[in-house]
Amino acid sequence: MSSVLYDVPGPKARRVSLIASIIGGLLIIGLLAWVVLILAQQGIFEARRWQIFTRADVWRLLGNGLGSTLSAAALAAVIAFPLGLMLCLLRISDAAFIRVPIRVILEFLRGMPVVLMMLFILLGFGTSAFIAVVAGLVLYNAAVFAEIIRAGIQSLPKGQREAGLAIGLTSYKSRMLIELPQAIRRMMPSLVAQMVVLLKDTSLGYIVAYGELLRAVQVMADFLGTQYLFPIFFVAAAIYIAINISVSRLAVWIERRGSKKAAGGVAKAEPEKANAPVP
Amino acid sequence: MDVIFENLPLYWEGFLRTLFLSVVSGIFALILGTLLAAARVSPVAALRGFSTVYVEVLRNTPLTIAFFFAAVVLPRIGVKFEQFEIAAIIALSTYTAAFIAEAVRSGVNSVPVGQAEAARSIGMKFGQVLSLIILPQALRTVIPPLINILIALVKNSSVAGAFFVLELFGYGRQLANANGDAVITVLLGTAFFYLLLTVPLGILANTVERKVAIAR
Repeated sequence: MSSVLYDVPGPKARRVSLIASIIGGLLIIGLLAWVVLILAQQGIFEARRWQIFTRADVWRLLGNGLGSTLSAAALAAVIAFPLGLMLCLLRISDAAFIRVPIRVILEFLRGMPVVLMMLFILLGFGTSAFIAVVAGLVLYNAAVFAEIIRAGIQSLPKGQREAGLAIGLTSYKSRMLIELPQAIRRMMPSLVAQMVVLLKDTSLGYIVAYGELLRAVQVMADFLGTQYLFPIFFVAAAIYIAINISVSRLAVWIERRGSKKAAGGVAKAEPEKANAPVP
Repeated sequence: MDVIFENLPLYWEGFLRTLFLSVVSGIFALILGTLLAAARVSPVAALRGFSTVYVEVLRNTPLTIAFFFAAVVLPRIGVKFEQFEIAAIIALSTYTAAFIAEAVRSGVNSVPVGQAEAARSIGMKFGQVLSLIILPQALRTVIPPLINILIALVKNSSVAGAFFVLELFGYGRQLANANGDAVITVLLGTAFFYLLLTVPLGILANTVERKVAIAR
């Protein structure tokens, strides 16, 4: 797609591009080398710093942290999705006395930092850190799911609902049987992308003292000595990023697969730009 | 309610610092993000590769990890900050830039192919095509998602409160600990100041989106 921005490079342009690539590559390598040099001066690469990873309990603690992260994310996702679906149905209800308050609540939930919500639940209701993290994630992500599904329903051609009502379905049945299945299918990439956001946001649990992966890093660094902070942090960050990238890849895969199948399964409309996930 | 009014100066100070963090990081992130997006569509393979890897990694890094790196790990390996605001700005702008780059890139892709072809056929070079023809048009479709990213940036700046920067969330947490009997009021007050920033921005995004939709 982007190649339309420039001519197919001729021999001269290819040479220039190659030289630029080499210079750019050297610059990046130079930058990395400089970083590595600084790290080496701090003694980061001494074998004894990395020897801790031969100890089973380090991996056990990291594993516990990862388990806490994943269990909070999984539980939050499982609760947030049906809740979001329900909020979405209420948000597009025909009755204004339901629609308007729900809209205000959704705006409120989406406008607040997740970490503030977690702290609010933790201190305001005196719950455990786990419940605070899960509840904070559920409230925020349910609101976002509701908005994504609503965007999906609104992107459907009007005739879908009209046809449903015309054959005698009630408003609720038309939503459940005709509109929602298509909307969810159409919005699948955005929904999965939001799952990545949810997974990423579990790391906010660190701030409310929930024992997730990053907290495990901190605890181990405090316990074993700060010289181990960098190695442990490096490994934990790599684990986090690897998991998130795999889920993101899943979203891309679903999008490709969906766009191939959509022609038959989902009513056509003018291509609506999918709601890009927001950090 | 009295708690909020008694501590209004603190709230105000926190509000201003949140605003400061968001504006400064927002500007850095916009510049860096646009450069990354330009690199992503450029003819130079090394730039494309760098931009792709940067965006892919940063977009999948939890913000707390980015903050932890900037505020805790960097000082331990020899990069000292006079103020932790600098660490917060580094974390926020490098993180947000990845999202801005993606938004700008999808905007570039949304400009009809004929525009770039026409520009090239009258002899424009890549830089000219991008800066004179594509980006000005892309900006239109990109503004609503950009505003949404900036809203997220305002909310994300709250993480700085946990990394030694006393902004809105930091003060909120401090006040909540000091006033154990009025935690809910204190935190609702904090939420109010966040909504003061995010709700108008959200309305702005909707209005702009509607305007742009008509123009196209």
